[in-house]
Amino acid sequence: MNITKLKDKVFSRAFFRGVIAISIFLIIWEVGARFESWYGYRVPWIGLIPAPSAVFESWGGLIGDPSYWMSWQMSFMRVLGGFFAAMILGIPFGLFMAVNRTFHDTAFPTFEILRPIPPLAWVPASIIFWPTAELSIAFVTFLGAFYTIVINVLGGAKSINKQYLQAAQSMGASQWDIFRRVVLPATLPSIVVGSAVGMGITWEVVVAAEMISGGGGSGGAGGGLGFFIWNSYVGGSYEQIVVGMISIGIAGYFSSEMLRNLGGFLTPWLKTR
Amino acid sequence: MSAAMNTDTNLQTNVTNVTKGAIRIEDVVKVYDPDGAAVMAVDHCSIDIPGGEICMIVGPSGCGKTTLLNAIAGFHGITSGEIYLDNELLCGPGKMQAEPGSDRIVVFQNGALFPWKSNLENVVFGPMMEGKLSKTVIYDKAIKMMADAGLGGTEHSFPGEVSSGLRRRVEIVRALMLEPKVLLFDEPYRALDSLTKSVMHEALLDIYYKNKVTIFFITHDLEEAIFLGHRLIIMSSRPCKPKKIVEVDIPHPRDYSVLTSPRFRELMEEAKGVVNEEAKKAFEAGEKEG
Repeated sequence: MNITKLKDKVFSRAFFRGVIAISIFLIIWEVGARFESWYGYRVPWIGLIPAPSAVFESWGGLIGDPSYWMSWQMSFMRVLGGFFAAMILGIPFGLFMAVNRTFHDTAFPTFEILRPIPPLAWVPASIIFWPTAELSIAFVTFLGAFYTIVINVLGGAKSINKQYLQAAQSMGASQWDIFRRVVLPATLPSIVVGSAVGMGITWEVVVAAEMISGGGGSGGAGGGLGFFIWNSYVGGSYEQIVVGMISIGIAGYFSSEMLRNLGGFLTPWLKTR
Repeated sequence: MSAAMNTDTNLQTNVTNVTKGAIRIEDVVKVYDPDGAAVMAVDHCSIDIPGGEICMIVGPSGCGKTTLLNAIAGFHGITSGEIYLDNELLCGPGKMQAEPGSDRIVVFQNGALFPWKSNLENVVFGPMMEGKLSKTVIYDKAIKMMADAGLGGTEHSFPGEVSSGLRRRVEIVRALMLEPKVLLFDEPYRALDSLTKSVMHEALLDIYYKNKVTIFFITHDLEEAIFLGHRLIIMSSRPCKPKKIVEVDIPHPRDYSVLTSPRFRELMEEAKGVVNEEAKKAFEAGEKEG
């Protein structure tokens, strides 16, 4: 992005609306949280939460703390690990179900019965299955993304315009060419959408899994952002709870943004619509 | 029919001596039987199309014209009868579905350019799949053919970036790259506005004069049919069967001045009565788009 484009973006109306909205949100939060100490009346709900100034102060103290960054790293690794495993297994699985009727009829019913089970319901079973807590967390995050990716790939590959297939066929493309040059690129937009949704679910799941499992053996430092929040709660540091929550928001945003850019790069023809 | 009779000699001068691409449809029947309720789409249909003719198949929506086209293309089979291309059996007893092949290319109703490939990559797709020629030869040929068809400068755009009229032209060039004997058009200009359509008609004739192939063209636009075709085959409403044949004795090459000629109006009148009658029948039978 060049400088003028960046300038246009920063000084655009949409950008200002965003800034104003966030400022108003922070002001209401700050006033609400401080109201009791100023006027002796506790505002319901907001009055119980630490003020944003206190949160940022506490955050400032954490920036230099390696164990806070360790939490980021742990969660990111679990999310990416589970997510990539889900892509590697889910995309071929979905594609194969779409192109092979026998496989579809065999695998789909089982898949559909397992799919509605929330990934978090797998936590106890996964702790029993897997030798380490780390593997159980990764497995649960994997499940979060896997079903979404499969169902999107399957739907995308099944709804390919039949005329693309017929056109390729009449131009003499072999079955393999049709798969590689028609089915695959035609499904790519659905793969991107499925991955973006799957990534969101992965973040939801990893945090809950970290809280439940106690964050993988190595105590507070190796626990990830979910465990960071839980630990802050148990330790009574309410500012840090909010720091953890905002950290997850930022981490999730970066993951989605990364995926959006990758998706845009892989499907350049969609920009023209 | 008298008009059709005395134009036989004219027709000979219209269709140049193209020896390839003659289609013979003999007594073809197609019955759809999805859940036991047999629906007859094509009823004992016989059509003889000489090589190099532009044959316009006119009929009400959903009458089964596309069924016939799909049978020639090999996208689905027939119930009985035979279809020949240059006296070779495409489908018939023992082999009810033809093999799809690059000698018969379809230009689809809604367009079937691959949106993920640039226009140029779309045009080279067929020959690249065939793998007979080297990549440079194929690309050179594609760029030249695109330039001839007025598509210079759009080579590296995606189909979604150019107008629908240009897209159709890209699709026709893509089809011609394989040097087919027959081009099968399934209402290709249906979604275009009338201005774009008239430009496309002249462009198609232009391309046709340079590459003489047999054209099997489905439409329900009578004006389009008479402007383009050597011959109109007006189909009855479902089941589909030739009802009337109109020979268009306006000499090629044609341009848009033809539309205002008295002969064109006469032919319109001649065909209109039959088409309207069939359209009414189809409407009363409650036929849906298909």
